[in-house]
Amino acid sequence: MPKKELETANRPDNTAFTQQRLPAWQPILSAGIVIPGFVLIGLAFIGIGVALFLTSRNITVLEMDYTGVETTSDCYKCSAGTLPNCVCNLYFTLNETFPGTVYFYYGLSNYFQSYRKFGASRDDNQLSGDTYYFTSPLAVCTPYQYDVNNNPIVPCGISANSMFNDTFNLYQLVNGSKTVPLDGRGIAWWSDYNIKFRNPTSDPLRNAFNGTVKPPFWSKPVFELDLTDKSNNGFLNQDFLVWMRRAALPNFRKLYRRITGPDYASGLPPGNYTIEIAYNYPVMSFNGRKKVVLSNVSWMGGKNDFLGVAYLVVGSLCIVMSMVMLIVYAKFKFPDDV
Amino acid sequence: MGSLLSRLGLECGAKEVKEEERNIRANDREYNLSYKYANNAIKTSKYNIFTFLPLNLFEQFQRLANAYFLFLLCLQLIPDISSLSWFTTVVPLVLVLAMTMAKDGSDDINRHRCDRQVNNRKVEVLIDGELRSEKWMNVQVGDIIKLQNNQFVTADLLLLSSSEPLNLVYIETAELDGETNLKVKQGLTVTGELEDSIEKLASFDGQVRCEPPNNRLDKFTGCLSLDGAMYSLDNEKILLRGCTLRNTQWCFGLVLFGGPDTKLMQNCGKTTFKRTSIDRLMNVLVLSIFGFLAIMCLILAIGNGIWEYQEGATFAAFLPKPEGVNPPFSAFLTFWSYVIILNTVVPISLYVSVEIIRLGNSFYIDWDRKMYYPKNDTPAQARTTTLNEELGQIKYIFSDKTGTLTQNIMTFNKCSINGKSYGELLDFAGQRLEINEKTERVDFSWNKLADPKFWFHDHSLVEVVRGGNPKAHDFFRLLALCHTVMPEEKKEGELYYQAQSPDEGALVTAARNFGFVFRSRTPESITVVEMGKLVTYELLAVLDFNNVRKRMSVIVRSPDGRLTLYCKGADTIIFERLHPSSKNVMEATTQHLNEYAGDGLRTLALAYKDIDLNYMEDWKKRHHEASTGMEQREEKLDALYEEIEKGLLLLGATAVEDKLQDGVPQTIEQLAKADIKIWVLTGDKQETAENIGYSCNMLREEMTEVFIVAGNTAEEVRVELQNARRKMRPDGPEEPTVRMSRNGLFCLLKKETMEDEPVNGEYAMVINGHSLAYALEKDMQKELLRTACMCQTVICCRVTPLQKAQVVELVKKYKQAITLAIGDGANDVSMIKAAHIGVGISGQEGMQAVLSSDYSFAQFRYLQRLLLVHGRWSYLRMCKFLRYFFYKNFTFTLVHFWYGFFCGFSAQTVYDEWFITLYNLVYTALPVLGLSLFDQDVNDRWSFQYPQLYAPGQLNQYFSKKAFIYTVLHSGYSSLVLFFIPWAAMYDTVRDDGKDIVDYQSFALLAQTCLLIAVNIQLGLDTYYWTAVNQFFLWGSLSVYFAVTFTMYSNGMFLIFTSSFPFIGAARNSLNQPNMWLTILITSILCVVPVVAYRFLRILLWPTINDKVRHKMRQEKAVLPAAPRRIQPRRISTRRSGYAFSHAQGYGDLVTSGRFLRRTPRSRGIVFSHTDSPLAQAKPQLYRTIVEGEEPPQIP
Repeated sequence: MPKKELETANRPDNTAFTQQRLPAWQPILSAGIVIPGFVLIGLAFIGIGVALFLTSRNITVLEMDYTGVETTSDCYKCSAGTLPNCVCNLYFTLNETFPGTVYFYYGLSNYFQSYRKFGASRDDNQLSGDTYYFTSPLAVCTPYQYDVNNNPIVPCGISANSMFNDTFNLYQLVNGSKTVPLDGRGIAWWSDYNIKFRNPTSDPLRNAFNGTVKPPFWSKPVFELDLTDKSNNGFLNQDFLVWMRRAALPNFRKLYRRITGPDYASGLPPGNYTIEIAYNYPVMSFNGRKKVVLSNVSWMGGKNDFLGVAYLVVGSLCIVMSMVMLIVYAKFKFPDDV
Repeated sequence: MGSLLSRLGLECGAKEVKEEERNIRANDREYNLSYKYANNAIKTSKYNIFTFLPLNLFEQFQRLANAYFLFLLCLQLIPDISSLSWFTTVVPLVLVLAMTMAKDGSDDINRHRCDRQVNNRKVEVLIDGELRSEKWMNVQVGDIIKLQNNQFVTADLLLLSSSEPLNLVYIETAELDGETNLKVKQGLTVTGELEDSIEKLASFDGQVRCEPPNNRLDKFTGCLSLDGAMYSLDNEKILLRGCTLRNTQWCFGLVLFGGPDTKLMQNCGKTTFKRTSIDRLMNVLVLSIFGFLAIMCLILAIGNGIWEYQEGATFAAFLPKPEGVNPPFSAFLTFWSYVIILNTVVPISLYVSVEIIRLGNSFYIDWDRKMYYPKNDTPAQARTTTLNEELGQIKYIFSDKTGTLTQNIMTFNKCSINGKSYGELLDFAGQRLEINEKTERVDFSWNKLADPKFWFHDHSLVEVVRGGNPKAHDFFRLLALCHTVMPEEKKEGELYYQAQSPDEGALVTAARNFGFVFRSRTPESITVVEMGKLVTYELLAVLDFNNVRKRMSVIVRSPDGRLTLYCKGADTIIFERLHPSSKNVMEATTQHLNEYAGDGLRTLALAYKDIDLNYMEDWKKRHHEASTGMEQREEKLDALYEEIEKGLLLLGATAVEDKLQDGVPQTIEQLAKADIKIWVLTGDKQETAENIGYSCNMLREEMTEVFIVAGNTAEEVRVELQNARRKMRPDGPEEPTVRMSRNGLFCLLKKETMEDEPVNGEYAMVINGHSLAYALEKDMQKELLRTACMCQTVICCRVTPLQKAQVVELVKKYKQAITLAIGDGANDVSMIKAAHIGVGISGQEGMQAVLSSDYSFAQFRYLQRLLLVHGRWSYLRMCKFLRYFFYKNFTFTLVHFWYGFFCGFSAQTVYDEWFITLYNLVYTALPVLGLSLFDQDVNDRWSFQYPQLYAPGQLNQYFSKKAFIYTVLHSGYSSLVLFFIPWAAMYDTVRDDGKDIVDYQSFALLAQTCLLIAVNIQLGLDTYYWTAVNQFFLWGSLSVYFAVTFTMYSNGMFLIFTSSFPFIGAARNSLNQPNMWLTILITSILCVVPVVAYRFLRILLWPTINDKVRHKMRQEKAVLPAAPRRIQPRRISTRRSGYAFSHAQGYGDLVTSGRFLRRTPRSRGIVFSHTDSPLAQAKPQLYRTIVEGEEPPQIP
């Protein structure tokens, strides 16, 4: 109690906050934290790096260009794009078993799906089965919004129009050729297949597309993409979904099929194989490249040595830095005088 | 409301005709209305309901940042350019606009409320022959109104009549100019005759022609025509709005100017806008960032042109080009598209965040209990909320003395009577006892008229006085008689003294308590209660004080007919005039005086002399002749005074303490340690200023030399300055080193910076106002500055308010240093306004200094807390904030730049648009605010312990162009890591189930997650002080990021807003992949590892003072060594103040003339000119003299 009765109406509150006395943790970059920290991070990173590197090394990848640039290539004949329905073959030999589930990818290089216009030119409303947008697609789809007769294009836009349309068949050459079964189900993201893309609710499906036209580059309308399997038709066609998941970089690969079948589900046995390619997609004009990639996967996904190497490098750098810091610390300590 | 609306037009400058002359007829509303003069309603608010939105938006878009974002928004509306959805710009812009609008709106509502309150005040107005109570806003020009005592003056009035004799009214002008002393105004005699007769007033039909509304408070011209006669009107007859009527029962006035036309309102609203150096730097940086942005966009646009030329043309099969778009045109469009995308380098939230941080740090100042002064219940106040960080960069402090360093309380501390010293307490061993609050005080209860606030500790003096020692009686009788104090006795026994200087007040009060009570005075007599007995002395002459004489005397006749001359003055002067018989006393007194001076007390010697009756008659006759003569009046009077003040008998000496405020020497020492230079600018005379300089440790005996510059001509001053400089730096060049540089926007500002020069030893300089006037001339100011800056301490005395501002401007101009001015009085206003930061001492008297200041508090010693703690923290926080803010935005933006090389320079964003929208506003807003509101490197106690910690701020070390470039390089590195590590790690890889993961959406998610985590770790590295709030903000923001991301990428959001959330599933599908997380981990670690290593090594190899103190603090686990108790050394010195009475010439003339006291004949009233009268020069004031530096130096 104050001895004198002082008027203290304006006295500020005495709280830790107003007086800036909030309890606080005040770490500083002391040698005791930094040097062991660097060592620990270094060791951990080297560990992770080794694991990643070994894992990546164990992943088998077989990558084959089939653009047909070289005249020796079987696909050279198709690369000019003059032959309709050109089919070419790509032969390869496996000396060892290609282990695990083998995934069949197609790859494109120098292909700018990442171009802003490319990604933007699509209509998600249309693709989610909203038939209002069948009659009037979004303007971003230009120049594939309406055709010359002013019919709406479904699916509209550059993305859809440019859909990759080479098809592949894989044969093992044993006593003639034995078809390696390729499974195209479930190759797209679950969320794309179940949520993002919906077919319009009409039976038969084609009714919903009355008054619309197919994208100009397409050979058949979207509702005829897979007439054998209803669940793989229309906007839900897995190849279409995979294509519409736009790549971030100009060189990319996309999943085409999974290799299944009783003989191949656990790996491709050694032997000679051929890939029969229906060569439709022109890339030569813009100096693009097409390839097929066979790969198995691990817990860290596909083959990528970089991450493992990066961890090893960063980890080693941390160790080296900790040494340097230790030396400097031992030499200079900290001046106690202020 | 209607009138408000109509005024709006007027405010916007649409005043049709400029008023040239005002023409008013009293009591004739119709006539006056024909001129459409403004009535008395005021409007300080800016908006009303209808104009708020358009006007406020208009104002806001005048700001560069807002306008820039509006421009961006327009760009985004062009489909060919728009690379981002409109909401990315609209959301932040609307948020920022809304916040500012809310603040402006609430401010304006307050102003409205204030206006309404003022407008609805009641006043009595004479309408249709009767007094009616009216609201202020309904008062019209030409109305006659009646004011009561203590009422505010309603409008600018012509004083007609008052309750006091001679039509006098007393007003207080605190609200106008901050002076609380009463001022006198006097009405015309002819209007005074109206008195309070309602009939006469109602029939009063005078016509006033006067100047149009203006803002000059001290000038008024006009004339009143009444019954065919013309009377001229001047400022003497005008009561201004904002004043308060005091000591006057009632008065009547004619309204001349109403509402917005009043001088008070005309003076409002011209606040000069202060900007901090960080602000200016920020503007320069923002401009250079614009340049940087343009360069980046240009590179990318050229890239796009090349890409379109090489690739695009051939890729056109799949990516058809719109009609008419060729590569150059595409590049042009891309340029603008990238302007949109990369706009985040100039984030709109920067300015808002800066304001918030400053506001927060200002609140800390308001809330600080250690800057709260309980004695008068005054907390510190940050009146400006935009200057905080500059408090951490102060290099020069300009301080007033009176009321700032000192309490402006003079206490009668010691005295020497007839060779014996009193006032000191000695213990049994003869040692001096320290006198403090607990020391027993002398009991004055035997004296009914004693002032209870007077303390004295030496009992022996009372015993001597009560014992009837005649010398002691004479001593105090002299003090009670020889002065020019005005008594005021409101109630019987309750005396108040109005003294010209506080010293005089202290002496008279001392006499009062020791039983010689000065009770009242007339021009011819002084009434004193001597030891309970009423005695009236006849006052024969007052030989007033002036600067040359340095003494004053009175000649009185006691009731028993004895004629005595009492004289007090500077010891040297008095000692020259002593009778030889006083030699012994003189020796003892001299010794005492030396002791007193050594304690920093202000001393006066007292002497008296009995005068022969006949001689007096003769002298008086000659005196009369001299004072009425026209030739050489001054000289003749001086000679007469000299003649009679001779052969005096020494009574003793007084020692008055000009009490320093608590903690002033310690504060000055602390600030000096922080390398802040303190200059004292005071209106006091040289001796007083020097004395204070010694007592607050600015001048020290051990200093190598204290230069006194007191030349009377320009040449003398120059020589003195040069000599001083050469002594300090004999080998220095004759010409100062001036570094020329260009600065500001487009380098248009030329700057001259004078380098600091090293000197050996400690020097100080004392310069008086007269010399300062010469030294501030254009050709000498560099010499002055150079010499002054070599000194540790600079004291300028007898300076005028204008000179104070000039000195500040001089330092600002050539030193490029941040200056702070601190003062308490109206005379400090100019320097407070001139300095970068103005600090007002509040709670004393007069609000003028506080009102024009940026910060105010009650005690000088709080300055060290303001600077060393709040200022330092604010600066540190602001710099950390800016560095981090630029880092996070540059990093954010540069990733787009790198991505440009992989998307055909198509202005494709790396991140989700929503992330771009929310990054600054949500995900990173709070952690950085937490950093900049809570961070402290070391706590306040350590800040005080090591004032050197303040130095980095003065040197601009924490944020400068260099630091900015470092930040940009740092973020360049981070952005490279943040783009290329994910790029390489994701290249050609797939998910663990073989599905796609290098799709754009997953990559965007990866990049943005890496970025957010990396910048948050960086924030963690920058944070020194982790409070719970910081933790909460940091982890909260990260959780919010993931929560918001998962929500926005969820099925539900897509199903509801299909086209707005195309990223559906991206989070689920990619964040469950281990390689995603491993990428995030290595990316963020790689971003910070070099920073940690660099900082660690830097601390080891080149530790800053900051690092050292933090290290020490850690070692000692916050056990702060107790600050050594500072013992004020007793100064052994021969320096002492010559004559304690400072300031202006006394007003003995006034005392004897009786004008002030007596009802003078009416005719006197007209010649009673305020500006010339001694009353104007020497206003009676309670312990305070505002008018410092009465004699402005004559500059030839």
